[in-house]
Amino acid sequence: MFRPSHFLAVLLFALFASVVFGITQRETPPKMVRYGIYCFVLFVGSAIVLSWLMYFIAR
Amino acid sequence: MANPQDKKNQAEGGFVYLPLIAGWLVPGAGHFLLRKWGRGALLAASILGMFGTGLAMDGQIHTGAHDILDMLSMAGDLGTGILYLLSRVMGWGTTLVQVTTGDWGSRFIVVAGLLNVISAVDAHNLRTGRKA
Repeated sequence: MFRPSHFLAVLLFALFASVVFGITQRETPPKMVRYGIYCFVLFVGSAIVLSWLMYFIAR
Repeated sequence: MANPQDKKNQAEGGFVYLPLIAGWLVPGAGHFLLRKWGRGALLAASILGMFGTGLAMDGQIHTGAHDILDMLSMAGDLGTGILYLLSRVMGWGTTLVQVTTGDWGSRFIVVAGLLNVISAVDAHNLRTGRKA
C-alpha cells in the first residue's frame, strides 16, 4: 500500500500528465520537452498557489 | 505542406484506425506500430505509472454507474483499455475507499484512462499525417 503525502501525489500526477501532454501536444522533441516542463511547472505551481489560497480562506 | 514522414505514414497500407485502437487497448502500442519507439515508451511508462500508482494507493476501479459522477469516472476508467479488463478479471481496485489516498488513487486511475485516450488519438493523427 502506497501512502504518499499531498505534495508527492501532486508531483507524481504532474510528472505523468506532463509527459503525455508534452508528447501529444507538440510536434518536435525540443518543443515537447519545453511544453512538458511548462505543464509540470503549471500543475505544481497552481497546486501550491491554490493550497495557500485555501489555507487563508479557511482561517 | 506534408513532410516526408507524413507521406510515409499515409503511404503505409493497412487499417487506418489500427494505431488508434491498439493505442487505446495497450498504452503506447499505437506509437510502437508507427515505429515511434521513444514516444511510445514514454507514453506507456507514464500511463502505466499513473495507473499503477492509483492502484497502489488503493484507488477504486468503477464497475457500475449509479450517478453522473460514477458514469464519468467509469468512462475515464474504460479509457485504460485492456488494463480495465485485466483489473476486472484480477479483482484489482475493488477495495472500498476508506482513506484519502484511496480517493486520490481513484482519480489517478481515471486520469490514466483519459491520458491513454489522448495518446491513442495522437497515434491516429500520426498515422493520418495530421501530425509529424
